[in-house]
Amino acid sequence: MSLGRYVGRRLAITVPVLVGVTALTFSFVHLLPGDAVDAIVGFRDVSAETEAAIRAEYHLDQPVWDQYLLWLRDAITLEFGESPVTGRDVSATIGRRLPATLALGGAAWLLALAIGIPAGIVTAVSAGKPADEVGRLAALAGIATPNFWLGLILLFVFSVRLGWFRVLPPDAPLVSLATVKFLVLPTITLGTAAAALVMRLLRSSMRRELDAPYVTAARARGLPERTVILKHVLRNAFLPVVTVAGLQLAFLVDGAVVVEGIFSWPGMGRLLVRSILRRDYPVIQAIVLVIGIAIVLANLLVDIIYAILDPRIRY
Amino acid sequence: MALLEVDDLVVQYYTDDGVVRAVDGISYEIRAGETVGLVGESGAGKSAASRAVLRLLDGAGEIVGGEIRFRGHDILELSVDDLRAIRGDEIAMVFQDAGAVFNPVYTVGEQIAETIRTHKDVTDSEARDRTIALIDRVGIPNPAARYADYPHELSGGMQQRAVIAMALACDPAVLICDEPTTGLDVTVQAGILELLAELAATSETAIQLVTHDLGVVAELCDRVLVQYAGEIVERAPVDDLYYDPKHPYTVGLLAATPRLGDDRERLPTIPGTAPDLIDPPTGCRFHPRCPYAEDCCASRRPSLVDPASGRPDNGDPETHVAACLEYTGDLEAGLDYEVQVRDAADSDCRERKQQGEPR
Repeated sequence: MSLGRYVGRRLAITVPVLVGVTALTFSFVHLLPGDAVDAIVGFRDVSAETEAAIRAEYHLDQPVWDQYLLWLRDAITLEFGESPVTGRDVSATIGRRLPATLALGGAAWLLALAIGIPAGIVTAVSAGKPADEVGRLAALAGIATPNFWLGLILLFVFSVRLGWFRVLPPDAPLVSLATVKFLVLPTITLGTAAAALVMRLLRSSMRRELDAPYVTAARARGLPERTVILKHVLRNAFLPVVTVAGLQLAFLVDGAVVVEGIFSWPGMGRLLVRSILRRDYPVIQAIVLVIGIAIVLANLLVDIIYAILDPRIRY
Repeated sequence: MALLEVDDLVVQYYTDDGVVRAVDGISYEIRAGETVGLVGESGAGKSAASRAVLRLLDGAGEIVGGEIRFRGHDILELSVDDLRAIRGDEIAMVFQDAGAVFNPVYTVGEQIAETIRTHKDVTDSEARDRTIALIDRVGIPNPAARYADYPHELSGGMQQRAVIAMALACDPAVLICDEPTTGLDVTVQAGILELLAELAATSETAIQLVTHDLGVVAELCDRVLVQYAGEIVERAPVDDLYYDPKHPYTVGLLAATPRLGDDRERLPTIPGTAPDLIDPPTGCRFHPRCPYAEDCCASRRPSLVDPASGRPDNGDPETHVAACLEYTGDLEAGLDYEVQVRDAADSDCRERKQQGEPR
C-alpha cells in the first residue's frame, strides 16, 4: 500500500474516533450524580415553573440523543455558551488560555527534543565512556527531580535572589520579548524531565539498533561512522521517541497545573482545576473535548510519521 | 606478493564463560582472481577469521595477534580513515542472512548507490545508473523498478542477489562471502551459486568463500582451507582435497556431505561435537573425535606438513598440506580409510563424486 493510501485510510478512521470523543465528552455531564438543573441553580430550592423553564431553555426536556446533536452542532462551531458560574463566554475563556498553554508547552517540548535527541545519540555512541556516564546521571537527576521543586528553586534563585527574571508574568502580549524572557524558567522546569525521558529512550533504542546486522554491513561498505549513525541507526531508533514525543505533544493542551501555578501562568491547567472546583460544567466539557481532540490528532500524526520513517508500517 | 595475506592471525572473544580463541594462529593467502574456500563446522572460527579481515568483529571480539596484509599493507595498522577507504571499495563482504543486511527503511537502490557515492567521485545519477546495471548484472529482473523497492519487498533469493550487487558496487579486488547460501532454499541456492561461479570465472575479483558446505566449495573454489577449532588443518587445491583428503577431519566432512545419487540410508557423522574453544583439547584438537587417534595425539600438536614428504609447509599455496601426526611418522597404526570415487548418473556439473569413509 502506498503512503498516500495509508494516510487516507488513517484519516478516515479518525472520523469515527472523533465522534466517539464528542459523545463521551457530552455524556459525562449526564453520568455525574445529580440533576443538571440543580447544578445550574446552585443546588437551591426553586419552584416547579422555574425548573421547567430552565429545562426548556437548556433543552433538557428533550431526549438525550437530540441534546447530543444540539451540543455537537454548537461544539463544531466552537459555541459552548456561557459559563453559569462566571457568566463569561466559554469559547472566549478557552481562546485566551489555550495560546498561553501552547506557548509554554511548545517551548518545553522543543527544549526536550533539542536536548534529549543529541544527548541520546552521544550517550548511545559512547556507551560505557565518561560522556555516557555523565549523560545517564544527568538524565536520572532530570527524571527524579519533581518539577514543583525545580520550579520553586529556579524561581527563588534566578528571580528572587538574582533578579534576572520576573516573578510574575508581564502584562504584555504573548509574542513579546518580555513574555518570551519570562517563559525561560517555566520552560526549563517543564522540559527537564521530558528531555531526560527522550534521552533515555533514544539511547536504549539506539543501543539495540547498533547491534543489528545492517549496521555491521553499513560499516563493511566503508560508510563514514557519521553516516552510519545519523542516517542508518537514528532513523530506525527513532520510532519509540516519536511515540513519546507525540503523546507529550497531545498533553501540551491540558497544561501543566503545578508549573502554571508556581509561575502564575494563565494556562489551561489552572483553568481546568478551577472549573472542576467550581463545578463549571460547560468549561470542563469544552476543555475535555479540546484535550480529546488533541490526543486523537497527535496519534494520527504519530502514525503518519511512523509510516514515513519505516516503509514496512502500512497497517 | 599475494593480494591478501593472513599471517598467524589470532582472534579472541571475551565471554562470560571465559576467553574464546576463535581463531588461533591461522595463515593463508589469496591471489588476485582466485577463489578460496574456508570450510569447517559451526564454531570453527570461520566467520571470525573473515570478519577480522576488515576489522569488523563486534564488541566482544578482538584481534590479538598476527598480520593481515592487503597489497602488502597491514590492515591492522591502518588508520580508521584508510581502513574505511578499503572497506566496500577494495574488499567487500557478502553476509549471511540477506534480509538483515539491508537497512529496512531505505530502498535497495539507495543503499547500493550510497556505497558507490562513498567511494567513487560520481554524480547522483551516475551512481544510480551504475546501481541499476549492478542489479541487472546479478540477475534481478526489471532492475530499474527494483531500485526503488524496499528490502522487505524482495524475496529471500532476490535479497541475496541484491546483497551481492551491493558488495560488487565498487568492483572490489577481494570479495569475502560469509555463508552466502545458508538459509536459502535449494533452488535459490543453486541460482546464487551459479551467480558466484560466473563472477569467479569472469571477473578479476578474488573470492574468499566461507561455508560449512563442501558441495558449495566443490562448485566454486580453486583451493580449499579446512578450519577446525580455530586452526587450519588442511590446505589443498580443490581436486586434491576431494580425491585425496589427507586429514581425518576432512575425510569425516566429505563422508558427511550429502549428494544426489547416494544410495546410503544414513550419512556417517563425525562423532562428538566441535570442541569448546575456551579450553580446547591438548595436542591435536581433533583427537577426541578422531577414529585413528593414538596416545601421542593427545600430547603432541601437529603442524601443517606435506603428507608426501613429511616436511613442513613450504608456503606455496598450491602445495597440499595437512596437520596430522601421521605425516611426521608418529602414528603406529596409521590412517585407515579409503577414498571411493562414486560415479553417479546425474553427473552434469563440476561436482565430484567421491566419498571418503572410514572402513
